Amino acid sequence: MILVDGLRGGLAALWHAVSNPVAWSALWLTLWTAAVMVLINTVMGTLTAYVLVRYEFPGKSLLNGLIDVPLAIPTLVTGVMLVILYGPQAAVGGWLDRSLGLKVIFAPPGIVLALLFVTFPFVVRAVQPVLLGLDMAQEEAAATLGAGGWTIFRRVTLPALLAPLVGGALLSFARAIGEFGSIIIVAGNIPLYSQTAAVYVWGEVESENRLGASAVSLVMLVFAFSLIMLVAWLQRGEETTG
Amino acid sequence: MTGELGAIGADVTASRLAAVAGRPSAGSMPTTARRRWVRWLLVAIVLAYVTVLIVAPIAGLVVGALSEGAGAALATFRDPQVIKAFVLTIKISLLVVLVHAVFGTAVAWVLVRDRFRGLGFLNGLIDLPFAVSPVVVGYMLLLLFGRQGLLAPVLQAADVKVAFAVPGMVLATLFVTLPFMIRELVPVLEAFGIQHEQAAATLGASGWATFWRITLPALRWGFIYGVTLTLARALGEFGAVLVIGGGVQGRTETATLFIYRALDERNYVGAYSAGLALGLFSLLLVMGTEVLRRREEAR
Repeated sequence: MILVDGLRGGLAALWHAVSNPVAWSALWLTLWTAAVMVLINTVMGTLTAYVLVRYEFPGKSLLNGLIDVPLAIPTLVTGVMLVILYGPQAAVGGWLDRSLGLKVIFAPPGIVLALLFVTFPFVVRAVQPVLLGLDMAQEEAAATLGAGGWTIFRRVTLPALLAPLVGGALLSFARAIGEFGSIIIVAGNIPLYSQTAAVYVWGEVESENRLGASAVSLVMLVFAFSLIMLVAWLQRGEETTG
Repeated sequence: MTGELGAIGADVTASRLAAVAGRPSAGSMPTTARRRWVRWLLVAIVLAYVTVLIVAPIAGLVVGALSEGAGAALATFRDPQVIKAFVLTIKISLLVVLVHAVFGTAVAWVLVRDRFRGLGFLNGLIDLPFAVSPVVVGYMLLLLFGRQGLLAPVLQAADVKVAFAVPGMVLATLFVTLPFMIRELVPVLEAFGIQHEQAAATLGASGWATFWRITLPALRWGFIYGVTLTLARALGEFGAVLVIGGGVQGRTETATLFIYRALDERNYVGAYSAGLALGLFSLLLVMGTEVLRRREEAR
């Protein structure tokens, strides 16, 4: 349906609607904030899973429970929480602004923060079970051969975790492209600066500009579809080779 | 076999490691001490990250909701508009859970037990709602059911209102929550295998009896998790119901849409306390299921 509507004016009209500077910058902002999030989330998600599986420490089961919290909290409420804490009038947000000149809310860093919150469980929960099932003998063999902790992780553990890691990262990327509830609260909807693609579509729907809404929606749909198919394909390859 | 070999390997390694640990390593610190130091550093980094990202914002919401006292926060829930919004959210969510409990189970069943062309494609399609923006979901429904939508003539003839009405919001929530039930059930169904069912069939049980007495009990936890996640997602849905429902006060305003309006009207305590109530409810739901599961496993 959206395909028909987006292409009704022909490809030229579609391209025109997507390449309008506001739409273009919204799509670009969506992509780069999601990419930054994926980078941080991959590193921190892997580290969190590693710590949860390999180490014993007080508060471990509490930490394990906290991982799933973002799945339970409505994304709109996530946005509200972040604004309360990091907003310009808030204690923490005001301090960051004054001392470091860092604006979080109503700016791109807030978008990244919201995406990090929303997608936190994906990498952790993808890596954790694989890490649990991993045979420790290989790591121990590497240790016996004199490899340091970091070398063991990089050369032995990490390659085994690569598939779930990529799967989790792609999933969080796909989720981030479409995220709306938290972003509309934290980003402030400033065109050409902090307006993401989802928020742009919402604005176009509100102002009844069907071509603009359909065009950007179509781009987002194609993106979501390709990412999901890529993840499915990777998982199937995993099953047949492993 | 491999397990035995692994155990032997570990044994040998452990004795060698013990031998190595006795000598100071090349660095100034013995290896074990350095290991311990790295371990605490990594744990500290993770705990700090989770605190800043997840714990602090939740604490902020609690403080924000109670900033004018518990009385002001509770007063929010005496507002008939707020009560109406929460009731609508609960009604939509329960209906969605009911539909997915039935159809999600059926789809998961088909995905695991049947083999047909296009299975892989169908499998990927089920995850699609997970990646599609809720705004786009609402907009697609609007294109179908809206005033100038594709199905508008049919709907007008039947005198059914979908867009800017509750049926549209139910559809939107159904779309958004589609993957959860199925994704929880598929692995459980796969692990359960088919032998028990075949055994029951051999003993003369009908297809329905087999499903009811054998398969369903085995699926229990997948089912409960699926319901929990679907419910939590449905309660918190915002983008899709905003676009298709329009958020008309008293008619299509759900709990999340009320929070959004309250923020817009600078009714901060109202927004924060409604957000806290909604978040707390979903959280208790998910955590409660987890606790129940652990209690059963411990038994």
